[in-house]
Amino acid sequence: MKKFLAALIAILALCAGLAYGSDQLTKSTGDTGNKVLNLYNWGDYIDPSLLTKFQKETGYHVNVETFDSNEAMYTKIKQGGTSYDLTVPSEYMVEKMKADHMLIPLDKSRLVGMNHYGHSFLNKSFDPHNKYSIPYFWGTLGIIYNDQYVKPGSLEHWNQLWSKKYRNDIMMIDSARDILGFSLISMGQSVNTTNSAELIRAKDKLNRLSPNVKAVGADEIKMYMAEGEAPVAVDWSGEASEMMSQNSHLHYVVPTEGSNMWFDNLVIPKTAKHFKAIYAFLNFMNQPKNAAQNAEYIGYSTPNMSAFKLLPKATQDDKQFYPTQNLIDRLQVYSNLSPQKVQEYNDLYLEFKMHH
Amino acid sequence: MKRNYRGLFFTPYVLWLAMFVIAPVALIIYYSFFNIHHHFTFANYQEFFSSGTYLTMTANSVLYAFLITLFAILISYPMALVISKLKHRDLWILLVILPTWINLLLKAYAFIGLLSHDGLVNDLFQFFGIPAQHMLFTDASFILVAAYIQIPFMILPIYNSLTDISDSYIRASRDLGATKWQTLTKVIIPMTMPGIKSGIQIVFIPSLSLFMLSRLIGGNKVITLGTAVEEHFLTTMNWGMGSTIGVVLIISMVIVMLLTNTKRKRRRTS
Repeated sequence: MKKFLAALIAILALCAGLAYGSDQLTKSTGDTGNKVLNLYNWGDYIDPSLLTKFQKETGYHVNVETFDSNEAMYTKIKQGGTSYDLTVPSEYMVEKMKADHMLIPLDKSRLVGMNHYGHSFLNKSFDPHNKYSIPYFWGTLGIIYNDQYVKPGSLEHWNQLWSKKYRNDIMMIDSARDILGFSLISMGQSVNTTNSAELIRAKDKLNRLSPNVKAVGADEIKMYMAEGEAPVAVDWSGEASEMMSQNSHLHYVVPTEGSNMWFDNLVIPKTAKHFKAIYAFLNFMNQPKNAAQNAEYIGYSTPNMSAFKLLPKATQDDKQFYPTQNLIDRLQVYSNLSPQKVQEYNDLYLEFKMHH
Repeated sequence: MKRNYRGLFFTPYVLWLAMFVIAPVALIIYYSFFNIHHHFTFANYQEFFSSGTYLTMTANSVLYAFLITLFAILISYPMALVISKLKHRDLWILLVILPTWINLLLKAYAFIGLLSHDGLVNDLFQFFGIPAQHMLFTDASFILVAAYIQIPFMILPIYNSLTDISDSYIRASRDLGATKWQTLTKVIIPMTMPGIKSGIQIVFIPSLSLFMLSRLIGGNKVITLGTAVEEHFLTTMNWGMGSTIGVVLIISMVIVMLLTNTKRKRRRTS
């Protein structure tokens, strides 16, 4: 018992010592005064070398904290007690935070480089005239297939997923709006429909898909697809690009009839304090060179067209992640739904998951 | 003076109970009476008990938890019986407990490696000429992995109650002409009933809401109440409904406790 206690105390002391040391180290590299910026971002969603570069150029030290879902980020900011200067919600969450008065409008006179952004990515319904948000990355929902099992070019439409060929073959991302969304699109409806009859029809159609569904999951889909466990998956383009970097047999398709287009956006929450640092950072990230470097590191599609032109030729020509304007025009963006409708989407989705 | 001291010793216990048992349960019950607009309502309960989705989900959860517990007993009892007869039984029981030192998530990922299409089990199958099977995302694989994870918690109480049985009982039963089988069913099993019951209590309840495993191994084809709780707290932010399901889980826990306890009391009084 004595030995056990001694070991326990030793481990605790070691941890405390290390924690103190790392705290000292970050303190010495950073600035303890007002020259800081608190960025609340998704995990691994910015090139760390850009943060060093930003500090060298402007002297502001960036403290990064991370979240793993829009809802978690929303709850934490809403509860208060934080001092985040910038955060990165997806489009429907921008709308929700705006409605709940949790955002501070952007001061356009202090922003430089907004002209770099493509027209397709600005002035979207979730934030007219980009009063509150700057697009950070964008992407689509689509179909990933493994060319060892699926003939390239033979799977290009949502409706083909229902084919008997793909019995027990499809993995799907665990997200109510995306799954009901592609079912709605396959019937020519809007992904933002609030019509209960349409939603029920979309769910009934999904029920008929369930013999083809192998599993519904989240991050682990990447691993399963990379290992060839399943031939087909419905997932986001960002996830797809990560899978494809691990397995060259994988391909990503955005069905031509349309799909969802998502945006992650930089916004200033009500908790912000360091406004000089915020605008310095936004203008820094607007610079094509920096945006391009970030896009290459993350592998997602950048809305910054000048940065796009700096990307390697192969990336620019990649129709999987930078689809044609024709297709972009057919992509639909999610708008924020009332809590009742969110519940309705999720209840129907749960019914689909339980359907065998 | 003395009484004061006793009060002092009692405070940590009371504080612990109040902060970590009573307060959370009270909060869950409190939240379960509110809808998404923070208005007091009974609608959550009404919805739970009138919706086919939630009732099927409850039935599913109970069925899977029952199967997991059943398989855990079927494997654990003979194992505990054998181990309790071994020479170095303390070492063997340690080996059984060993897997509980490993994080649940790691074990789940290890099983993904074993059961996947190109995994070890399929390699073994192919070695014997059996074609590769799709084993992940099936009910069988979910129950297998869940039972594997629960087995140590089932073996321990059974093993303890087995080692508590004095050898003289078994000798007496032999002397009175009982066969080995009769000794097992008429003497050993009844005497280890308390161990089996506490094993059931420890295994059944967590099995009702194994949402991590139902996602990773079951591919969300097995939907249990845990899945719904996760969704209500993280996606729809309908904490009221999530809490209502929590209350239902607490009540079912109480029911299982009562069911596995009353019989023991009755036997004692008779």
